[in-house]
Amino acid sequence: MPDTITPPAEPNVFTRDQIGWHPWLPPLEEAELTPRHLAALVDAARVKSPYFRLLARDPEALEHRTRTDKDIFLNPDAGAPRAERELAATAASRVNGCIYCASVHARHAATYSKRVEDVDRLLAEGVGADLGERWNAIVEAAAALTATPPAFGAKHVTRLRAAGLDDLAIADVIHAAAFFGWANRLMLSLGGTRP
Amino acid sequence: MNDTLDSLAGITPGSALDALRARRPLTRAHSQASHDALFTPAEPGAVSREERAALAAYVAGLHGDAVAAAPHAARLPAPLAAAVAAAVEETRAAGPYGRYPAGPLSVEDQDGPPFALSSGTAAALGTRLAAAFGHAHLLVYHPRDAAPAAQDALKHAGWSADAAVTLSQIVAFLAYQLRAAHGLRVLAATA
Repeated sequence: MPDTITPPAEPNVFTRDQIGWHPWLPPLEEAELTPRHLAALVDAARVKSPYFRLLARDPEALEHRTRTDKDIFLNPDAGAPRAERELAATAASRVNGCIYCASVHARHAATYSKRVEDVDRLLAEGVGADLGERWNAIVEAAAALTATPPAFGAKHVTRLRAAGLDDLAIADVIHAAAFFGWANRLMLSLGGTRP
Repeated sequence: MNDTLDSLAGITPGSALDALRARRPLTRAHSQASHDALFTPAEPGAVSREERAALAAYVAGLHGDAVAAAPHAARLPAPLAAAVAAAVEETRAAGPYGRYPAGPLSVEDQDGPPFALSSGTAAALGTRLAAAFGHAHLLVYHPRDAAPAAQDALKHAGWSADAAVTLSQIVAFLAYQLRAAHGLRVLAATA
């Protein structure tokens, strides 16, 4: 056995690979979780997640964050297909620079769209990558909304409509990109891809 | 029903955007419940209601969103509201910028202004709020520069781990709420 352990390198590229996330503040221990904390986790499996056990320090905020997240991405009633909501999330994460968030949602975008090469092009080249008009319109809109102050304007709505999105689908893209303004900032501030 | 996001986006009952939001009732309800949990909590715990309102007014100001900042600023004593407005003026920038771990993405590194308050504004805010604002500035404009040292700075200013989670939630939630409102406002206005 080696007597030193080399820590895994910090990811320095955007990737669809599984990468780790390590909290910089102590998560609650599983044993200290009260029924209120468990309810706030929403999914019982999340008791194993240091990220969600850290957010459980503010259970009200966590619970409503999670329920907002689930409806924005999983509500099946028309609007933007799941793949395009995930594409918007990936684009926002690419702009903000959340390598961890981008990896998770790029995997989802690739899974639901089957357009693995286009997703990889977005990760490698950034939000200027040419992914075909409909995806270009979504990525451009998500990137503009991610800027501070937001740069999303009428021209983005016009381009999305021309690309075939109805207003419910555009509202879904807006919510998915905006939500990653929230998710990226939690992931980036409370921990990172190396301990 | 008219909630905070409707107010910020100018959505009126019976409008086309009201009908669109009604198609996503859980998004609507839990976006508002998040707002309420962060700004009118039953038990404010580690972050006082006044600190929450001050941080929210500052974050909205950093977004250049005076409409969103106003109701939070209105909950503050006048001298503190003035200090928050001064902090916005002294530290306003544009984002996102920041650096990546050294490697192929280094060509995308972008520098931006550090957080720097005048001594008068820092004194008016006090140590705790000045540190919280420094953290908010990092998260609003250059979140990819976040590092463990930023959490140490909050701790040294007297913020507990519970408080640090709530502070990050406030800044991050507003990044969502202000963008959702902006996007819906533009959607409604585009014929």
